[in-house]
Amino acid sequence: MSQSEPGQMTQQAEIPDGGVNRQFALLDEFVASLPYKKENLIAILHRAQEIFGSLPEEVQMHIAYLLDIPAAKVYGVVSFYSFFTMKARGRHVVNVCTGTACFVRGAAKIQLEVEKQLGIKTGETTEDGLFTLESLRCVGACGLAPVLVIDGKVYGKVEVGQVKEILGEYREK
Amino acid sequence: MRLETTDALNRLRDESQRLIEVRAQARIEPWEQQMGSIPEDSGAEKAESIPECSGVEKTESIPGGVGVEDTESVPQNAGEKNKEEVEDQDKDKDKDKDREEPAPEGAGGAAPEERAKREMTVLVCGGTGCQASDSEEIIARMRKELAARQMQDRVRVVKTGCFGFCEKGPIMEIHPDDVFYIEVSPDDVPAIVEEHLIQGRYLERLLYVNPVNGERLERNLPFYHRQLRIALRHCGLIAPEDVKEYIALGGYQALAKALFQMKPSEVIAEIRASGLRGRGGGGFSTGLKWELMSRAEGGQRYIICNADEGDPGAFMDRSILEGDPNSVLEGMALAGYAVGATHGFIYIRAEYPLAVHRLQTAIRQATGYGLLGERILGSDFCFGIEIKYGAGAFVCGEETALIHSIEGGRGEPSVKPPYPAQEGLWGKPTCVNNVETLANVPIIIERGADWYAEIGTEKSKGTKVFALAGKVNNVGLVEVPMGTTLREIIFDIGGGVKKGKRFKAAQTGGPSGGCIPAQCLDTPIDYESLLGIGSMMGSGGLIVLDEDDCMVNVAKFYLEFTVDESCGRCTACRVGTKRLHEILSRITEGKGELEDLDRLTELGGIIKDASLCGLGQSAPNPVLSTLKYFRDEYVAHIVERHCPAGVCEALARYTITEKCIGCTVCAKNCPVSCIAGSPKKQHVIDQERCIRCGTCQAKCPVDAIVRK
Repeated sequence: MSQSEPGQMTQQAEIPDGGVNRQFALLDEFVASLPYKKENLIAILHRAQEIFGSLPEEVQMHIAYLLDIPAAKVYGVVSFYSFFTMKARGRHVVNVCTGTACFVRGAAKIQLEVEKQLGIKTGETTEDGLFTLESLRCVGACGLAPVLVIDGKVYGKVEVGQVKEILGEYREK
Repeated sequence: MRLETTDALNRLRDESQRLIEVRAQARIEPWEQQMGSIPEDSGAEKAESIPECSGVEKTESIPGGVGVEDTESVPQNAGEKNKEEVEDQDKDKDKDKDREEPAPEGAGGAAPEERAKREMTVLVCGGTGCQASDSEEIIARMRKELAARQMQDRVRVVKTGCFGFCEKGPIMEIHPDDVFYIEVSPDDVPAIVEEHLIQGRYLERLLYVNPVNGERLERNLPFYHRQLRIALRHCGLIAPEDVKEYIALGGYQALAKALFQMKPSEVIAEIRASGLRGRGGGGFSTGLKWELMSRAEGGQRYIICNADEGDPGAFMDRSILEGDPNSVLEGMALAGYAVGATHGFIYIRAEYPLAVHRLQTAIRQATGYGLLGERILGSDFCFGIEIKYGAGAFVCGEETALIHSIEGGRGEPSVKPPYPAQEGLWGKPTCVNNVETLANVPIIIERGADWYAEIGTEKSKGTKVFALAGKVNNVGLVEVPMGTTLREIIFDIGGGVKKGKRFKAAQTGGPSGGCIPAQCLDTPIDYESLLGIGSMMGSGGLIVLDEDDCMVNVAKFYLEFTVDESCGRCTACRVGTKRLHEILSRITEGKGELEDLDRLTELGGIIKDASLCGLGQSAPNPVLSTLKYFRDEYVAHIVERHCPAGVCEALARYTITEKCIGCTVCAKNCPVSCIAGSPKKQHVIDQERCIRCGTCQAKCPVDAIVRK
């Protein structure tokens, strides 16, 4: 069964001819391909976030309409899970791992440094729309703690002094 | 190609031998070799007293614990096969001797022309940790180098799952030499090809150095000595993306055995007799769970594999799924056969893209061979598996919450009873088992309950995988028999505390567990003993804390986590954890009062009593256990307004050590002029007036100022 694969979810899917209609069409196509719908709400939201980059109100309304369920139910699920976001993310999503292993190896300092370098707090997006800073709980690369994840790429054994350089790579991209 | 009979499966197994031939000579039955290598004295050591560690029922519970030394513990029916293996091993040992004579040139004894013809296999770790350190690039470079020398036909490069020794990744192992390389970088590849694969000379600089004697080891690293890898039996040995390698090592034989030689009730009886308990944390008897399920009314029923590994700092489930996904699929199919379910779901965290990918591949391949799906191996049994994704909610590790999440709703737990075994997914009887539990199932069916029940303690059988992390030298995945002590895990396997610092505590069980102090290091670990000392097994996260960690701050960290992750359904958990967190914050900011300690205890008790699910019931554990064992640290924060570990910013003390050269820079920069001293003499900070801004430490040119 073709289900959305998480992982690249932080980046928008490649949309050849662009446009909102095309995005909705992609979502409709995905929903149509599912053998059962309402029970697949979470998979649908994953796919929608992949397509749209976030889950704004109109997308949630559309999904509610497609599945014939109350929009409140869709919103209830979106707001429950930390993976879903209603705000558009920046081009690059920076995640500081705040799992226990990273915590005891100084993740807080890394987080402060990233906040300083980007001039935003965790959960915010830079004004130029380039970076969104988030924190996540454990990517399971505890041997490399503290860990910084940018667009799915894991940077291990990060030191405060390296943060600027690492972020710099993405400023140029 | 669908396998329609057991014979067809056996044929495929035999045909696939060539894939693993080269590795087979060294590591074909890793757990048996390891069982042989567990020192006899380990049981005796443990039987010593446990000093001042309250609440533990001493060690009666580990008779024969890890004393499963020799091959006698293997059940009779495997006896003959086993003898052969032992002989094979002996042969291997002889080979080893031959090889090792002209050390370090392992295969150097062979004539050059022979060397040039040898079939070899290069295993490269493709786990998340090693991939983050460029193991993919190592594989690509290796393939390119081999192709350039026309060696691709005689040297196989295999991307395996996690070896467990994550600290030293990326890991590479070369067979048949059985040489273990650590911290390999893509730039090392040409040298490995040239020196090792062509010349047969081992690369000294990539070998592990035994910290005890400085010796470089090609194999038998101390990290693996006391381990007994059953759930991780194939991790780091086979290619997880090729089901044929799993089949070559006897994969799906247990399923075939169950389908054609056992009744479902016999499968359940076997699992029950093995003493296997849920590895997700609760420790409920797996066999009993299945039995309850099989008795439930109603036709349709489901098996769920709980792969929502939410405990931050635990990564064993991910590693099993990445390194040996088929063992979990086979375990699920066996569970399905036992309880009469035809459909299974794997509920997995969206944060684990690699594990998802490997699972999808494994399901596709297994279904292709008819090992999943309709009429498995030509029997009447049908079992399909579907993957469901989590979306970042810790509470979804709780089985009722998980079920609601699979149904597409908010992952809020519900009241038990009715238990999922009675009324679960879509109202049907549902059996939820953890990844590690399921990975143990096929081997139990294959080898028998007696074999498994020999391992471990009286009430906790088998092994447990721990994710050893934090301030320990050898971060990684460790699988040991139940009843092994924390000291063995942290010091013998883990190599002790990083940078020679003093051990302070071990945190087990993540946000649901507690902190275990040094005086409990000799507690043999099993479900009961950990509960006895105020912690819990949890999923097996094991974080080592040293003298630089503030226990109040650690408790605060976990509470912050539960405040975030509480689903909000029960007031006690939703509001209670928030209040606990506020009190802890107050204490770390130097605004605490002694009465706060009583408030923490009282509130903690209420939250435990009044919460619906495991999350709330165990949320106060980090606070209560640190209060129990590290009360003096709390008191220091409150009474002396001092954080002994120097972690809490507001309570830190800056002092100038004798390294001071008297340059006066600190005094000049201090915003409140609280540093006194004459030039070229050691300066002193007036603690009363110090505002703890840290400027002096930042400005000191010789690092003479410490925060403690």
